[in-house]
Formats: sequence, structure tokens, C-alpha cells
Amino acid sequence: MSRTLEGKVAFITGAARGQGRSHAVGLAREGADIVAVDLCDQISTVKYRMATPQDLETTAELVREAGGRCVARQADVRSLEQLESAAAEGMAEFGRLDVVVANAGIGSGRRSTLDLSEQEWEDVLAVNLSGVWRTLKVTVPAILQGGKGGTIVIIGSTAGLRGMRGIGHYSAAKHGLVGLTKTLAIELADENIRVNCIHPTGVRTPLSVSDEIQKWAAKAPPTEFGNLLAVDMLEPEDVTSAILWLASTGARYITGVSLPVDAGFTLR
Amino acid sequence: MKSFDGKVVVISGGARGQGRAHAVTFAREGADIAICDVPKGLKTVPYPTGTPDELAETKTLVEAEGRRCLTAEADVSKPDEMNAFAASVMEAFGRVDVVIANAAITNDSDSPLETSVESWTEIIDVNLSGVWYFCQALVPHMVAGGNGGSVIITSSAAGLKAMGGGVSYTAAKHGVVGIMKALAHELAPHDIRVNTVHPTGVRTPMVINDWFKQKLETSTSLSSVRNLLHVPLIDPEDVSNAMLWLASDGARYVTGVTLPVDAGLLAR
Repeated sequence: MSRTLEGKVAFITGAARGQGRSHAVGLAREGADIVAVDLCDQISTVKYRMATPQDLETTAELVREAGGRCVARQADVRSLEQLESAAAEGMAEFGRLDVVVANAGIGSGRRSTLDLSEQEWEDVLAVNLSGVWRTLKVTVPAILQGGKGGTIVIIGSTAGLRGMRGIGHYSAAKHGLVGLTKTLAIELADENIRVNCIHPTGVRTPLSVSDEIQKWAAKAPPTEFGNLLAVDMLEPEDVTSAILWLASTGARYITGVSLPVDAGFTLR
Repeated sequence: MKSFDGKVVVISGGARGQGRAHAVTFAREGADIAICDVPKGLKTVPYPTGTPDELAETKTLVEAEGRRCLTAEADVSKPDEMNAFAASVMEAFGRVDVVIANAAITNDSDSPLETSVESWTEIIDVNLSGVWYFCQALVPHMVAGGNGGSVIITSSAAGLKAMGGGVSYTAAKHGVVGIMKALAHELAPHDIRVNTVHPTGVRTPMVINDWFKQKLETSTSLSSVRNLLHVPLIDPEDVSNAMLWLASDGARYVTGVTLPVDAGLLAR
């Protein structure tokens, strides 16, 4: 069976572990070469342990095992300069760009959104919303250069469609991604670059299984919160599957879409 | 091993157009197919609707893919005919895995206030009630089978926004989203996923005919409808491909979703 991304190149943020690692390996398995980017460091307002340089190196190994080449670089999505540097190295190595998966994201929370510190608010917006804009500002020119169109997939969240207690900054940022998705879909349609946003429910990743996030989730009333299908948490591969489909020719006319991959969470 | 080997896919409006494309697409992936079509007694539809010959032609195409095809001249707006059809599907195949409620009509109902009662009723009967009767007849067999499954309802871009296609059509296509959401809740415990697809204009006999051509030329609201991507009409297979993914294991946790397949039309 032919691989759907043969000869293509994908740029993935937050690739050191969790969803990003799954996307990197999944796209490589379909024939893509990967530019894998991650901060690989701790942000002070984040209470769970974030990815390390070793995590990113492991992702690179797994990508190569899956048959893809990999340029792995530490880069902070809060820094245009660092992203530009990573993107330039990717272009130098692979000479093209076709797919961008804007996946990097962090979480923090309090009992109430109004209890958040300024730094907590700023960090989540800077990474989860502005970081996506920076990622696309840096990578889209390379797709345009190729003149063959491309696919951008932004990782949103059920919090990007619903309000959620204690994490209003996260919800605002993820809602913001919907506006960004629609706008960029309009702006880039003439160049045949499709832009879509996936909204996962909880995914089994180091972020979601961390004590901090588990404690937050346990506080919400079950009737207004939780998946409809009998699944506690998605696997990262469930989101990867949606990305692969959106990036495929089968989805050639799908753009500007918010796609919940959420076991019916947003139906409640 | 094909992804739908051993599975049974039931499609309304299977004589031609989108329904035919779905039948052939799923057959190519290993499924056996059951299709119904050939509405009778429609008074307000100004273009030719599905014929027995066309139904037989779809069957020929499915069999050319090496799969079986059950056909029935049965009208979705008639619950008795839908129940009889469902019984014949179970007799022939013993199971139902994917239900695609695709059958729909359109008519001359450009100006809401000039829509006749007859014109309104006919559209609601086929495009809304017909979807319900089709699902109601088949879904109990899916539940009894205990194998989970997938229900996909064909709505329209007009199911999420008013797009100049007439108040009856718009109301019916919005209404099926309600059917989807209610069914998604109801069927989640049975591992049956329910979603809607919302295509922009599709190249099918419902759109490619003298009447519709004339309607486009004279209707200011319809002619101003523009896709974002440079394609005036998508192919029926573009909708089939979306359904293929929705019904696949890769989308095992996708339910309750309204999925535009619309070349960005709704993102404007």
C-alpha cells in the first residue's frame, strides 16, 4: 500500500514526547521526513515535568526507525528567532516543506481563572496561542516557496470549544486557535494551503496523566464533563490518525474546519 | 486484508450521485453494500430523480469491485418501506455496520415567504423525516448486533449556515444535525458513533441539470456562494473519502461531529 506522505516534509512542534512524538512517528511511517522541534526545558509556571533534550533525541530515533529522516532541534515557540533557526536548518536539510503540525502546548490552572497569576496567564497564551502564530509565520513561507500547496494542522482542545473551570487562559488560547484557523484558511486558500484545527479530549500523554492535571480533572462534575464513549483517555495515535487523514489527498477540499476528536465530549 | 472486509454498509439514495460513489468506495474497501432509492410521487422536484436502471447500474459497479449488493426501490419518507428494507438487509447479510443517510432532494423554494406548503412538506418529508425513518429502521439492528458501528448523515453547508438554497432545505439540513446529536448521545453506550458531513456543492445529477443551471443564473443568493479553494463543485468521492475515514478504526473515538467537506465555504 503506498505511503500517503512519500517525499513530503513535516514540521512538528512539541515533538519531544506525548502527542508530538506520536505525530512525528506516524507521519514518518507514511513516508514523511520530519523537522522535530521542542523547548526541551521547564517553564516555571508549569507544575508537571516538561520534556527534556533526551526525550527529543528519542523521538528522532523513533522517526528514523520508522523510515524517516529527522532534524531535531530545541526551540522555544515563544521565540521567533529560535523557530526561524530550526526551520532554516530543516529547509537546508530537506529542501521543502509540506505539512506543519502546530502541536506544542502547556497547561496550568487554579480553582478559578481569576486566581491565576499574571505569569501563568501570559505563559499559556504565549505558548498555546502566540506560539502557534509564530510557528506558522516562520514555516508558511517555505510551503509557499514550493508552490505545491500544503497542509497545516493546529492542535486545539475541547477547551477550544467549551469553557472549563480553572483554566480560562487555556480555554481562551485554544478558542483563539479557532479564529486563527479560519483566518489562515481564508488567507491561504488561493495558494492551496489547507488549514484545520483538531480538538482532542484528554489524550494519554505526560501532560494529561500528570498529578496536576489529574487533580484538576477530578474536580469537575461528571455530568457536565467527560467523554460520551466509554473511553477514559484517547491514545496519541487517535489524534495522529486525524492529522494523517487531513493531510491526505482524500481530504483535499477540507479547510477551515474545527474537527473534534473527542469521544463526544463536546456533545454534553 | 481490506479495512471493511466482512462489514455491511447501507446507503439511502444509492442509485447515483453521492450515494453511488459511497457504495463503490466502500465496496472497494471490502464491504458488502445495500442501497435503496427511487422515490415515488414527488410533486415539487423539478429535475429527474433516481431510477430503477440507475439503481441496477450502481449494483453492477459494486459487483465489479467483487462485493455483493442488495438493492431496493424504497422511499425514505415512508417508514413502512424503510422497515421492510432493513428487514431485507438483515435477511441478506445478517448485520449492519455502517449506515449512511444520504438520500435528499431539492426544489424551487428560493424565497422563504413564497415557499408553498407542499414544497416545504416534501423537502421536510424526504430530507429530515426520511433521514430519521432510515436510521430508525436500521439502527436497532446495529445495537442488537453488538459490534458497534458508524452512522453518517449527509447534511450540507446549508445545515450550518443559510446559504441561499431555500428555507425548507436549510431547515431540513439543520434539523438532521439535531438527529445526529440525539443519536450520538443515545448510541454512545453501544459504541456506535454518529456524525454528519456538510458538503459544499457536489458534482451530481441533483446539481448538474438544466433546472439547477437556470436557478444558478437567476438566483443572486446562490450565485454569490463561493468556495475558498479553487473548485466550483467537489466530486462525490470527496464526500465518500470523508465518510470512509469517519467509519474507520482511525476515527474510533470521533462522534457527535459536524464535518464540513466544503472547500472552506463555511470558513468565510
